[in-house]
Amino acid sequence: MDTITVTIDGQQVEVDQQATLLDAANKLDIEIPTLCYHPDLTLHGSCRICVVEDAESGNLLASCATPVTDGMKIKTASDKVITARKMNLELLLSDHPNDCMTCEADGACELQELVYEYGVTEPSFGLMEEQKFEVKNENPFIEFDQNKCILCGKCVRVDNEVQCSGAIDFTERGFQSKVGVPFDQDLGADHSSCVFCGQCVEMCPTGALTYKPAKGLGREYELESVQTTCPYCGVGCQIELKVKDNKIVKVGSVYQEDSPNPIGETCVKGRFAYDFVDHPERLTKPLIKKDGEFEEASWDEALDYVADKLTTITEEDGGEAVAALTSARCTNEENYLLQKFMRGVVGTNSIDHCARL
Amino acid sequence: MAGLAASFGSGAMTNSIGEVEKADTIFVTGSNTTEAHPVIASKMKKAVKNGTNLIVADPRNIGLTEAADIAVTQKPGTDIALLNGLMHVIIKEELYAEEYVEERTENFADLKEAVKEYTPEKVEEITGVAAEDVIEMARTYASVDRAAIYYAMGITQHKSGTANVFAIANLAMLTGNVGKEGTGVNPLRGQNNVQGACDLGGLPNVYPGYQSVEEPELKEKFENAWGVDELSAEAGLTVVEMINKAADGELRGLYVMGENPVLSDPDQQHVEEALEAVEFLVVQDIFLTETAEFADVVLPAACFAEKDGTFTNSERRVQFVNKAVDAPGEAMTDWQIFCELAKRMGYEMDYSSAAEIMAEIAEVTPIYGGISYDRLEDEELQWPCTDQDDPGTKFLHQGEFAHGKGIFHPVEHIAPVEAADDEYSYIMMTGRMLYHFHGGSMTRRSAAVDQHEPDAYVEINVEDAKELGIEDGDRVKVASRRGEVETYARIGSIVKPGEVFMPFHYAESPANRLTNAELDPIAKIPEYKVSAVKVEKV
Repeated sequence: MDTITVTIDGQQVEVDQQATLLDAANKLDIEIPTLCYHPDLTLHGSCRICVVEDAESGNLLASCATPVTDGMKIKTASDKVITARKMNLELLLSDHPNDCMTCEADGACELQELVYEYGVTEPSFGLMEEQKFEVKNENPFIEFDQNKCILCGKCVRVDNEVQCSGAIDFTERGFQSKVGVPFDQDLGADHSSCVFCGQCVEMCPTGALTYKPAKGLGREYELESVQTTCPYCGVGCQIELKVKDNKIVKVGSVYQEDSPNPIGETCVKGRFAYDFVDHPERLTKPLIKKDGEFEEASWDEALDYVADKLTTITEEDGGEAVAALTSARCTNEENYLLQKFMRGVVGTNSIDHCARL
Repeated sequence: MAGLAASFGSGAMTNSIGEVEKADTIFVTGSNTTEAHPVIASKMKKAVKNGTNLIVADPRNIGLTEAADIAVTQKPGTDIALLNGLMHVIIKEELYAEEYVEERTENFADLKEAVKEYTPEKVEEITGVAAEDVIEMARTYASVDRAAIYYAMGITQHKSGTANVFAIANLAMLTGNVGKEGTGVNPLRGQNNVQGACDLGGLPNVYPGYQSVEEPELKEKFENAWGVDELSAEAGLTVVEMINKAADGELRGLYVMGENPVLSDPDQQHVEEALEAVEFLVVQDIFLTETAEFADVVLPAACFAEKDGTFTNSERRVQFVNKAVDAPGEAMTDWQIFCELAKRMGYEMDYSSAAEIMAEIAEVTPIYGGISYDRLEDEELQWPCTDQDDPGTKFLHQGEFAHGKGIFHPVEHIAPVEAADDEYSYIMMTGRMLYHFHGGSMTRRSAAVDQHEPDAYVEINVEDAKELGIEDGDRVKVASRRGEVETYARIGSIVKPGEVFMPFHYAESPANRLTNAELDPIAKIPEYKVSAVKVEKV
């Protein structure tokens, strides 16, 4: 493919013809802020925070949506660019509540981050004074505060282009514009096709869409993230467990090329069905049944008992008198060891699991 | 999997999940993909938006039909007739891949003969699918370059399950849709590591990597590798056979790790009797499940978030599970428990980490031969991956089938064991729903999903409901020849008249109290999808 050379902040870079200015800047590791852009979604070009200056004409261009042309010279941090970005932030703030201190997204909010970075301390047009919309949170999964929405549309695009649920879209006009749910109901209500995959929440740059079960349990920067494989169906989605004080607070998306879910896709189970992990009914001690009742036992006592009993049975009737069910829920290593134990130590090939069920 | 192994020489999803969007036609049958494998369903819908044809054949009007170009609702248990009908049309209209059939397959003449009588008209009679739809489906599937089939337990959970899979494999081979990107025969595995459990020897007839226990050389190989004198040379019992033997008092000990047969196996009363009868039952799990209640010893295990290891997904990809939190109380990882037990029985099993176990797996399991924790750190590996330099396999059977030529196994329509009659006049199917999972021990204890879908239900068609005087949300009794359960009625048009559906996640209304333990003779899968029941208002 033919390439094009452009100059960004005095550095030359060669990119392919299809590239945008944002791609070219990324290639040079020059950071350009974005709010509505996501590499896996169609272009929206609405937030204008990624504007850069064309050195020749002095025009401001949305870098995410402008294709490169040969010989272009671009400035990404000129006074004009900074002023324009600040103005865009001020306009966004004029229609945004001022409740960062209690907002669930504090510390993870891209708008807050940019306002801080660009030092927008006294927004010319003030802040939203009265809430325009009622917060939607009747469902147990997602809280939707349309007041905090900056209309970047990433949620709408991920819903329609990746999840393909068609659950949300833009409605109304002008200052009443919002991301709407059919009949203005709650997500997942009677006429909603929302299936709570949570991908909209992952995409939201502000606190408009947040995870309800995670509310108040920890700021994003307090959470430790551990990538793992979802424990439910056989798709094997990569997910991120976000943990505070030995408790899973929420499940985040992993964007990893070549994985089964490269755009961070999950379903409601992978996203929300994790609190069984620290459920009070978890087994914490071995139990031995005595006279029909379970009694807590030490590991030594329980393991000795099992080993003795299995030894007695196999000595009397051979290994075939014992069978085992391994588990489609446990790891490869554990399945391997159980069958090795059964075949090699107990002496039986009667090993199966619920693959048939 | 038995069916695929016989047809292609290997039983697994032939292609990769990422290839869903590369197919020109996707044919989904016996998979309620939007609820059981939602992420794959989304990829299918995305493909449709980009021009892929989607065919859906399922007895219920499942969610995916909304996105389909052709959707048909065959009668439960008539899949072979439908698939044979498609092949009849494809052969008659010469839409099959002549060269491929000639070069890469065996037994075409028998297949041709077998499907000859399955004219669209006869298929309509058996399946209830209109003859013109059969023709349209056949053309849509066979006239494109890349056609992929996706199926799940709707195909396998029948007395004719293995034969159903043969029919699917026949259809794919007939049209040259095996061994090519964006095509294939793709069984969607229902559990995170059902593929891995099969791969690593969680089956009665094979060692890890599908190496037969009845093959003397392989037996010797494992005796040497494990340092044991004599391994059993006979295939063991399958799960339903274990339950039967336990009930008859022939099985004295049963060790259950992370399974809940009381909820997931057919004919619940029979399972309960068996667990009652078995002399010594050990259950190793994270909760005191319905099965654990019957145990003599219960061992507390760590769950997925509390340990390191790997799972193998539906497309044969080995992926890390990483510890995020500490296990509660004294719960231990399953692998550590086995090491402790083996030691007590005089066999040294010593591993310092899951990685070390994987190193041993790679040594004795050719298809995992090139898989190691070091490589998994920065590589995506799908088996077969036989050595350190093998990049793994995205799709199987390229150029040649695992056992040389693909073999057509012609099959005939077999009627389900039970049919509706005057007393039990509805056909019940069982399956999954989006918000819960399998026996429910995890999702029923996860507040958000359980709050959203707290109650068990039976789906009943509007017309039937009217006749039975049942309204949406009424308590109803569903009874089969094996038992009865009470549940809530959910009235709609997802099921057709004469058919009902129950999810099996709810211990308080266990669908498997009603199901039939009649087995597929080869794969030993119970016929969950067809039970005759009666329904009445409580």
